[in-house]
Amino acid sequence: MEGSSLRTAVLYLTPTILVVTVFVLVPIGLSLYLSFWRWPLTGPSRTFVGLANYSRLLHSPEFWNAIRVTVLYVLGVVPLSTGAALGLALLVNRPLRGLFFYRTAYFMPVVTSTVAVAIVWKWIYNPQAGLLNGVLHVLHLPTPGWLTDPRWALPALIIMAVWKYAGYYMVMFLAGLQAIPREYLEAAALDGAGRLSRFRHVTWPLLRPTTALVIITSTIFSFQVFGPVYVMTGGGPVHSTSVIVYHLYERAFGFQELGYASAIGWALFLLVFPLTVLQFKALSHR
Amino acid sequence: MPASHTRTRNTIHAIRNRQYARRTRSIAVHAALIAIAAVMLGPFLWMLFTSLQSTFQALQFPPRWSPQPAWENYVHAWQRIPLGRYYVNSMLVAGAIAAGQIVTSVLAAYVFARLEFPGRDIIFLLYLGTLIIPTQVTLVPTFLVVRWLGWVDTYQGAIAPSLAHPFGVFLVRQFFLSIPDDLEDAARIDGASSLEILLHVILPISMPAISALAVFSFMWAWNSFLWPLIVLQTPGKYTVPVGLAMLQSELGTDWPVVMAATVVATLPVVLLFLAAQKHFARGIALTGLKV
Repeated sequence: MEGSSLRTAVLYLTPTILVVTVFVLVPIGLSLYLSFWRWPLTGPSRTFVGLANYSRLLHSPEFWNAIRVTVLYVLGVVPLSTGAALGLALLVNRPLRGLFFYRTAYFMPVVTSTVAVAIVWKWIYNPQAGLLNGVLHVLHLPTPGWLTDPRWALPALIIMAVWKYAGYYMVMFLAGLQAIPREYLEAAALDGAGRLSRFRHVTWPLLRPTTALVIITSTIFSFQVFGPVYVMTGGGPVHSTSVIVYHLYERAFGFQELGYASAIGWALFLLVFPLTVLQFKALSHR
Repeated sequence: MPASHTRTRNTIHAIRNRQYARRTRSIAVHAALIAIAAVMLGPFLWMLFTSLQSTFQALQFPPRWSPQPAWENYVHAWQRIPLGRYYVNSMLVAGAIAAGQIVTSVLAAYVFARLEFPGRDIIFLLYLGTLIIPTQVTLVPTFLVVRWLGWVDTYQGAIAPSLAHPFGVFLVRQFFLSIPDDLEDAARIDGASSLEILLHVILPISMPAISALAVFSFMWAWNSFLWPLIVLQTPGKYTVPVGLAMLQSELGTDWPVVMAATVVATLPVVLLFLAAQKHFARGIALTGLKV
């Protein structure tokens, strides 16, 4: 009975192991290998170049720009999404008539394809005829160029991302909120604690694991943004929205430089990974 | 007035004030909820609205509702890109991926939740750890691997890399962990093998988690963009997101037709979502559970 456990385990894990090995583990190693070569997308010519790719990217303004843009994007999306989702969850977490309707409405942006959403928002952000500027104009507010303005393009993408995923993280927070034993809150209320105080001293601390999960998930997720950039801005205007994955995509499949693109991927991974670990540690201790 | 009367009157005032505050808060809450719902749904309504305008009308603001909704936009959209074809492709790819993820996740979850062997939990955590590996590292080499396999521009190329995903294993394992051991123990005493236990005992009761996973992975696979963009090259094989993106870059300024295409592309997912609402919420709630 005991020995067969291991055998069964290996058998059952075989499909997963197969997929993971071929499409995750091998690519990781291959990526590192590729980064030391000049390797065009098509054609037979390959040249070993050692660390030349890495030295090139360290001196490449586009590379550092990609990092800057992506970090700004993440710094915008994560706090806003987390805050909005928490707010929504607190709002929705009560016996409500029409809860089904609200939950459906808030989740609708989450389920629709990123491309479809990006197209609709590209239209909404249209400076002349889009919904947003139309409304702003009617309210006598300034009407920025949004996706055509280097200062507004990234904020525009951030707003759209928050809109799209708030519902998703809201459901996570809801699960966390509902896991808080009601007795704690009732006890606090009996002790005379007001709503704000109850939140600060009971809800918020008990919500910490969920909050950590939301922050970590949204960080990892937003670092990999691609679709909206491809559809809405093509990395512009003036590279103001050229995020990491887009820059890499351009280099690999536009300029056909697979080796250099792999180096980009690794350099970014080496930069980002320690941060992810740090964030994980910071959020799960305490 | 006697003191007791004053006290009663003050208490009644306090109660009434609290009720008043509660009702005001309730109205405020509902107003906020409706406003937020409007913001969430607004863009979709706007998309629908624009799809029924002529190009000339669309470029004006504030928009005017014309008595003649421009249904021909939908005809144009359907003519410009083979939306029907894209649907079929997406259904194929997303369906295969969902099925694959269910099979691999159920098997793997059973191992990580029920079978005992040294290093089991470490391996599980390592597997989850692969979620941290960013797309940018694996994108290019995965393409090369797929090319070496001869699978560029094929359905299997679009499907294969996504056949297993740590998220699915995580979800199902969470659920399996919550199933009491007694059922299995009883079956084992009756002499059932591991496979029989899995298929006849555990699987039937796990339908909530499995259906949640099915819905999740189907939706995720349907909406997936970057990988199909790279792998699929013949327009006839495009999935819906890829085809839609191509249409948008071709038809740039003909917004009503683009919106019509987007409506058609989005509708099935929305309908599926409405039908499977429960599963979504349950699926996400399951991921929020503590390990």
